[in-house]
Amino acid sequence: MAGAKEIRTKIASIKNTQKITSAMEMVAAAKMRKAQERKEATAPYAAKMKNVISHLSHAHPEYKHSFMIEREVKRVGYIVISSDRGLCGGLNNNLFRQLAREIKAQQESGVEVEFCTIGKKALGFFRRYGGRVMAEVTQLGDAARIEDLIGVVKVMLDAYENGKIDRIYIAYNQFVNTMTQNPTVEQLVPIAGEAEEELKHHWDYIYEPESKEVLDGLLTRYIESLAYQGVVENGACEQSARMVAMKSASDNAGELIDELQLIYNKARQAAITQEISEIVSGAAAV
Amino acid sequence: MAMTIHVDIVSAEGAIHSGLAEMVYAPAVMGELGIAPRHTPLVTQLKAGEVRVDEGDGKEMLHFFVSGGILEVQPHVVTILADTAIRAADLDEAAALEAKRRAEDALAGQQADFEHAKAQAELAEAAAQLRAIDKLRKTHG
Repeated sequence: MAGAKEIRTKIASIKNTQKITSAMEMVAAAKMRKAQERKEATAPYAAKMKNVISHLSHAHPEYKHSFMIEREVKRVGYIVISSDRGLCGGLNNNLFRQLAREIKAQQESGVEVEFCTIGKKALGFFRRYGGRVMAEVTQLGDAARIEDLIGVVKVMLDAYENGKIDRIYIAYNQFVNTMTQNPTVEQLVPIAGEAEEELKHHWDYIYEPESKEVLDGLLTRYIESLAYQGVVENGACEQSARMVAMKSASDNAGELIDELQLIYNKARQAAITQEISEIVSGAAAV
Repeated sequence: MAMTIHVDIVSAEGAIHSGLAEMVYAPAVMGELGIAPRHTPLVTQLKAGEVRVDEGDGKEMLHFFVSGGILEVQPHVVTILADTAIRAADLDEAAALEAKRRAEDALAGQQADFEHAKAQAELAEAAAQLRAIDKLRKTHG
């Protein structure tokens, strides 16, 4: 029975792998649900903040914060959000591919690029391929907190205010549904001049302290909250991508096991047949 | 029922409270504020402290801790954008420096310019691998 034992060991080892992948799938499914809830929970803050900012800019059209002024672009910054862990299909690679295209276009038009990375995979990407990484943060865990991002965002915003970079983009995966994640690169600063809806009621505020200070704090927080949303959304993407990847891995393992089982049975049968014919021919010879 | 004003307390990590109130107290940087319905529009920064919401009707006062944030009063709505993190200029600065230092550590001895060709090639390879796996799966499945 040549090879039967080897096949049996192989089946056992694939079964073990399958157990791991299906466990990971279930964990990812549970985490995905939580990540989606977290993503939905961030929406009201950003919406409220946008509301206040649009009121403020209406009330003070003469005062333009530097985060709202477009200027000539010589150097741009990217905040790149990735996962900390792998085994999530093409999630990070798709984002990096999109990003690489953008970087190439920027470089060809003579614009320099700098990066801030969030997550291990993005850091690893730039470690392999170069690129000026100004700041990084990793190990955010499943429930990222906004304070973990303050440093990275501040590095970018400081560079923007000092005129070192003229535009900030954010790159992350947008969650469409469990099967689909869209790699997205969006402009973060200057705050894209969206069509401001006409406000019916229009009033000026009392500011405590100065309006400038309040607006400063507000805009910084707004940008942080956008970065945070990116992180949370990317987290939901990571879990769903991992769930899908692990599901297909478990399915593949199942197919492999079936195939090997068939081969094993055939080998066993062949061995038995051979043995019988040996015995029969041996008896005939006697 | 007495006059009320709508109060929304939200943080970046989720909505905290939403409802009607007769009075809202908040720790503004210039001193504690009490906001009654029909307060004039106001925007102020908050410092760490307690936000109290008096819902009236003899209900117990609601307490929320904020570590800072921004309070906005519109004619019928009070919005509190609460920070969950403790913020201060020097703390933020320290966080920024820390993030920079980590990046420098992680990328020590590393060429500065992004190598587009290399990245593109390896990404294409990874994509091809994924496609091949997909194809294998289809022919087997």
